[in-house]
Amino acid sequence: MSESFLPVLAGHAEGTEVAAPSTPRNIPYRDGTPNPSAEALRARFGEAVQRVDVVWDETTVFVDRARVAEIVQWLHDDPSQRYDYLSDVTAVEYRDVDRPIEVVWHLRSLPYRRFLRLKTLLYKGQPLVVPSVWAIYKSADWMERECYDMFGIRFDGHPDLRRILMWEQYKEGFPLRKDFPLRGRFSRSEQLRQILALNPEAKYSMEELSVLDAFDELSLEQRQRLRAGEKVGE
Amino acid sequence: MATKTRTVEVELSTTGLDAQGRPQRVPLATDEAGNLVPLTPAPAVEPELEGEHMLINIGPQHPATHGVLRLVLELDGETVVRCVPHIGYLHCGFEKIGEYRQYNQIIPWTDREDYLNSPGNNVAFALGAERLFGVEITERCKVLRVIAMELSRLISHCVWLGTFCIDIGAFTPFLWIFQQRERVYTMLESWIGARLTTTLTRVGGMGADIPDGWTEDLANFVRTFPKVLEECSTMLTKNAIWVGRTVGLGAMSAEEAVNYGLSGPMLRASGVAYDVRKDFPYLDYETYDFDVPVGQTGDVYDRYLVRMEEMRQSIRILEQALKRLPDGPVNVDDHRLILPPKSKATSDMESMIHHFKQVMEGPRPPIGEAYVAVESPKGEKGYYMVSDGTSKPVRWRIRPPSFVNLSAIPKMVEGHLLSDVIAINASIDIVMGEIDR
Repeated sequence: MSESFLPVLAGHAEGTEVAAPSTPRNIPYRDGTPNPSAEALRARFGEAVQRVDVVWDETTVFVDRARVAEIVQWLHDDPSQRYDYLSDVTAVEYRDVDRPIEVVWHLRSLPYRRFLRLKTLLYKGQPLVVPSVWAIYKSADWMERECYDMFGIRFDGHPDLRRILMWEQYKEGFPLRKDFPLRGRFSRSEQLRQILALNPEAKYSMEELSVLDAFDELSLEQRQRLRAGEKVGE
Repeated sequence: MATKTRTVEVELSTTGLDAQGRPQRVPLATDEAGNLVPLTPAPAVEPELEGEHMLINIGPQHPATHGVLRLVLELDGETVVRCVPHIGYLHCGFEKIGEYRQYNQIIPWTDREDYLNSPGNNVAFALGAERLFGVEITERCKVLRVIAMELSRLISHCVWLGTFCIDIGAFTPFLWIFQQRERVYTMLESWIGARLTTTLTRVGGMGADIPDGWTEDLANFVRTFPKVLEECSTMLTKNAIWVGRTVGLGAMSAEEAVNYGLSGPMLRASGVAYDVRKDFPYLDYETYDFDVPVGQTGDVYDRYLVRMEEMRQSIRILEQALKRLPDGPVNVDDHRLILPPKSKATSDMESMIHHFKQVMEGPRPPIGEAYVAVESPKGEKGYYMVSDGTSKPVRWRIRPPSFVNLSAIPKMVEGHLLSDVIAINASIDIVMGEIDR
């Protein structure tokens, strides 16, 4: 350690009663020990916890879709859980068309060194809406946007849910859905035409346009949308 | 209370050192009594222009955005009022393509997302797939993978240091550190045959064992690299211009940093000692002796210090890995995963079947899922794989650390000057290939 700096800590769980972790070996396929938080969730939320699954020593808790935000809030706030870090938000669609889409949250408790996977099921044919956890974790902002962009799942309560990787005028649908062909829905020539017609640097979202003093030069429709407080782009 | 904003001239006139010789943490603003206060926009010089904001577009074709990032900034004078990032210009659909590929065929795609950290990505993906297959790798393979990961951390941090210096206006360290990076690439080339897109690992082992004499090359590198690193450090750490351009910029508190999901050096600069290698170890990292550097204020300068120290710690890990590198096989002894020698495929029935099954069909993991995270140079890099029992994953998800780190950029730049946006953006260490995937 060079002298110019610094305090050095062994790991984040310093101060809590957690054993030093080690590399997992010979991980059992199905009969691992479930994360203690799963039992705590059962005791606290009862029916809302539908199933607990342990695969390769990772615990998955299936929860009721309507109560996701409430459950995550409890996991975040409760002093015996302290899941303060949201690693990932994503979704899984299976090749079997009848299987529901799963929305997946990967949570970490840095003080207790725990890892928990939350899942909720979205049945086909019903609106794909789940509660947003943006109010609890700011890191959910872009990850939920990406999930919406790729799967078309709407996160209820997200402040600015619009496409993030695909451009805002993208019309082909949601690329990571299984009914989306690998090459896209449109022909190559149509895709090329659309790409060439894009002029990305000339496109601004409504939120950005609202600062321009050229307000009067905008189209009537845009002016009305801006007056109504719209933030999402074209 | 009235505040005054320091100008660039004031910054340049400081020596940048306090009485103990440590770099001074100069705040961006002080009040009349000289107390440190948060930066507030300076009053308008021309009152009739007050309140008039300008929209400025940086990128996607701009060298200081490290790829194809586009930032739309709303400026009040030179102060950033709002920042809206736009990404996706490099989106290639890696995750979609992965659903149509066998596990070993996905490894080349992992080279191409965070292309400064290819060996590290290869190792991370192989670890994830091995958990899904339920495979235990050999001891020699573990140490070789540790060497690959730490070399990969070094080259990634070398690029970060070089480009960060250029963004701030220092050209020399870029040349010095890129020469060292080139040495690592030469070593990788003699190991696996490729420089940038290494495809170093296979599920259950490595693409190749290290060639004869390679450990001497590595020992030589480990011995000489710290000297160059210290030269760069001497040139920058206490340099008045450097300190003036980096201290106090883009600070994130520890709570904010955790809530915004920052990871890697970004998080540790804010004082949170979360390192996947220590907290959720893999590849026996708990048996290596190394420290996790943490910063105090979470500003750009602290991120610089943390990354410099991480390079020194990587060298320590490499030294230990070199000492303990055991003999023995590199690949697991399981021909459902690793091909038997090609010469046997034409003479031995069993081997021919394995060749046929593996090439035509691919190895099949049991039904299940795995999320394996490693400490990449950018932060927590996770691969989430779901298998339905076939040879191709149902879902392959990359948890991109720079994507999440970049999502905090509006929070970091607001209230700072336009020129500081470049420094803050450089301190995040983004790779657009990983962000857009």
